[in-house]
Amino acid sequence: MIETVINFALSIWEWFPLWMQALLGNLFFIVIIMVPLMLSVAYVTYAERKIIGYMQVRIGPNRVGPKGWLQPIADAVKLMFKEIVIPTNANRFLFLGAPILSIAPALAAWAVIPFNDGWVLADVNAALLYILALTSMGVYGVIVAGWASNSKYAMMGALRSAAQVVSYEIAMGFALVGVLMASGSLNLGEIISKQQGGVSDWFIWPLLPLFFVYFISGVAETNRAPFDVAEGESEIVAGFHVDYSGMAFAVFFLAEYANIILVAALTSIMFFGGWLSPFEGLVDSDSLLLGNGIHWFLAKTALFIFMFLWLRATFPRYRYDQIMRLGWKVFIPVTIVWLFVEAVMVVMQVGPWAV
Amino acid sequence: MLENYLPVLIFICLGLIVGLAMIVMGGFILAPRRPDPQKNSPYECGFEAFEDARLKFDVRYYLVAILFIIFDLEIAFLFPWAIVLDEIGLFGIVAMGIFLGILVIGFIYEWKKGALEWE
Repeated sequence: MIETVINFALSIWEWFPLWMQALLGNLFFIVIIMVPLMLSVAYVTYAERKIIGYMQVRIGPNRVGPKGWLQPIADAVKLMFKEIVIPTNANRFLFLGAPILSIAPALAAWAVIPFNDGWVLADVNAALLYILALTSMGVYGVIVAGWASNSKYAMMGALRSAAQVVSYEIAMGFALVGVLMASGSLNLGEIISKQQGGVSDWFIWPLLPLFFVYFISGVAETNRAPFDVAEGESEIVAGFHVDYSGMAFAVFFLAEYANIILVAALTSIMFFGGWLSPFEGLVDSDSLLLGNGIHWFLAKTALFIFMFLWLRATFPRYRYDQIMRLGWKVFIPVTIVWLFVEAVMVVMQVGPWAV
Repeated sequence: MLENYLPVLIFICLGLIVGLAMIVMGGFILAPRRPDPQKNSPYECGFEAFEDARLKFDVRYYLVAILFIIFDLEIAFLFPWAIVLDEIGLFGIVAMGIFLGILVIGFIYEWKKGALEWE
């Protein structure tokens, strides 16, 4: 009985033309990535409110559902039924297009993220370059939103945010070059497999300064506290999305959190061995829990997301000139010097590069 | 080789569609639309906006943008170099050293000129 059903389904599948099979197959896997991603975005917002709540000796959201678990769902439903106000002076097309411009790259970057050995949608060789390109696209959403709103607050927020994102992208790019030198590949799966062998083989040790630069730049790139002058409540109200409401605002929000998860995932892939178990070499590699697997990737990613929230709860907001000084006068010199040191070490075959 | 990039293309398209679908669903199907002049005025802390918001802004933003282009190009050059560094060895280091050296001199000049100051 079951076999006939499967055979019937297979015959329908084969009846489709080849291009449609490729399209549907890919769509299936994309949905498998995207749905958990959206759910985690929703629950990162809940985790943020809850964690910051506990850090400030409050209990955070606790009314909707048991312990507030349904809070993100309630928020999403509420935002869906809210009017999108389009200001009279705004450029309507760009105003509504900006959130789309900002969420599309935040989602599409996940196409090349490896979740486990071989679990990657597009196993492309230029993965890191693709990610760098897409994270740069995010700034268009911000600047288009600020310009199209035709409000002074939005305009100033967008200008600040664009200059900040662009400055930190240089430091971030230099940090990525360091990772490339250590791994010799742009493919994220290969970067992880180069870190095989246990905790001491992870790239965090030879690339320690670059790890700090990358993570802090990641926080600045996503406009998170303590670098959130783009939406500083006390200065420019909400920055570039001050005139957005309802679902248009929610899409910006989703993009921001998807980017946070992306930066956390990339940090765990590039510096902490992604899906590799920290007990590698110590325990039997066939062990389900202590061996390599997607759960290690998720745990490391969750840890870095927690770091984002922790930073927000701990630090006061930077002043804008301090942000620019940190990006240009501290991070860029540090990374350039470290790249030189690393290049010499690679050629001299010393330290972790000795083959 | 190139078919590896098909899922990437589909993913980008789906990302755009998801964004569009959310805006259309939230903004035009489920949500009410009751515009009025007060609601649709740009946010200005309750004041009437008395001039266009596309105002003049500080020239330093341009400066940052120009510097960014130079350094980002630099990164684009460094990417392939970093991958093959262990094959090209000392020659690679010297060549990139000269290239980076020129850039660093420019960077020091900017720094001394105060292009990076935001007082």
